[in-house]
Amino acid sequence: MKPVKPNRVSVDRESLIIDVRRELDMPSRRLFGKRIVTLGGLAMLAGCSISDDKSVETFLSRVSRLNDTVQGWLFDPNRLAPTYTEAQITRPFPFNAFYGIDDAPVVDGSDFRLKVSGLVQNTKTWTLPELYALPKAEQITRHICVEGWSAIGRWGGTPFSEFLKRVGADTSAKYVGFKCADDYYESIDMPTALHSQTLLTFTFDGQQLPTKYGYPMKLRMPTKLGYKNPKHIMEIFVTNKFPGGYWVDQGYNWFGGS
Amino acid sequence: MNPTHEARRVSPRLRTIQPAWVRITHWLNALAAILMMLSGWRIYDASPVFKGFVIPPGITLGGWLGGALQWHFAAMWLLFFNGLFYLAMNVVTGRIKSKFFPVSPRAILHDLGEALKGHLSHADPSKYNAVQKFAYLFVMLDIAVLILSGLAIWKSVQFPLLRELMGGYDFARVVHFSAMSLLAGFIVVHLVMVSLVPRSLLTMIRGR
Repeated sequence: MKPVKPNRVSVDRESLIIDVRRELDMPSRRLFGKRIVTLGGLAMLAGCSISDDKSVETFLSRVSRLNDTVQGWLFDPNRLAPTYTEAQITRPFPFNAFYGIDDAPVVDGSDFRLKVSGLVQNTKTWTLPELYALPKAEQITRHICVEGWSAIGRWGGTPFSEFLKRVGADTSAKYVGFKCADDYYESIDMPTALHSQTLLTFTFDGQQLPTKYGYPMKLRMPTKLGYKNPKHIMEIFVTNKFPGGYWVDQGYNWFGGS
Repeated sequence: MNPTHEARRVSPRLRTIQPAWVRITHWLNALAAILMMLSGWRIYDASPVFKGFVIPPGITLGGWLGGALQWHFAAMWLLFFNGLFYLAMNVVTGRIKSKFFPVSPRAILHDLGEALKGHLSHADPSKYNAVQKFAYLFVMLDIAVLILSGLAIWKSVQFPLLRELMGGYDFARVVHFSAMSLLAGFIVVHLVMVSLVPRSLLTMIRGR
């Protein structure tokens, strides 16, 4: 581009003057311009409360449900989450819940019975020794929190698909739901429930799952965000009716896939 | 007066500099980028990548993490499809070649020097100078990096290649944040330039 004669003011005066002159000839356009500015100002002010608007909220929730569908398509049942070595485990592994660590529910294992309900053939309850006798599996995977941080942990238990097979779950159903001792509740899609890395876990880092990490059991899914992994599970049910979840019902995305 | 002469005299003033599709995609992109950025700041605050650096919640969008995530994952569709349409139109119409190329590091440095001395003319807004070419190509690439690093964060298990390309899940967040910062930098410079050459704002609104 060829340089023009030096000019202190860097505003391109010549072109500005042409435009200003024309605009001055058209009062209606000036008025329109003014209104645009005011509209812009209003939009800025509304920025603080725009999220509270009911119709905006409804729209965003709908998009979030649409994103559930898209994530269902993106989910590859054969794709495995990366696994790590023992040396890569995050120590101490962070505690995270909607309450403080001292409020984590203490469950008595001796008379514990896991309830199974919904679209299953066998609704008999399970004691902990019965669950511990199921086929064993272990994984060192990355727990990714919806907040953004991540931590690597080691969980041991049984493939959840094994458990579902044993209770005669209708695997053509849409959802598996969970009710927890801390009043948490959660639900997942059937393809993820059947994923080979989805484990019903009873141990953390080789030790019995401590209270802070979800005793007596936690469903561990490295293909989903942390809040989708329920702890202190008391009841498991299979259903076609959307069960929602503790955080999901407050606005977190339901699929929560990683 | 000779009608052909009259037409020739008038034509440069009526000539469309920014076609309608450029203007529409520009403003939709601006809207999407701002929504993504403001909601992204709120998400960042839930677990800051850089310890101690928090974005004032008052200038973020969404009210809380869940709300911000909803905005972020809704605006992403606008950003993505609008960007895709923009790129496709650029290629199909040949605009990308005629408007943004050729561009060389030497030309960029030269025009940057001229611009800082206040010597750079914007008399013909239909032609971009080398600094503009660089800035617009840069921001296109930066948004592409933002989308890819965002995808690596969102779907780190489903897109292993992208995850590794971004240096793993945790580092993808650093890439995402850095690309956001560069976009914020671009927006500031862009707005300053527009205020110095207000005519460019008019061409982006009415096309000429």
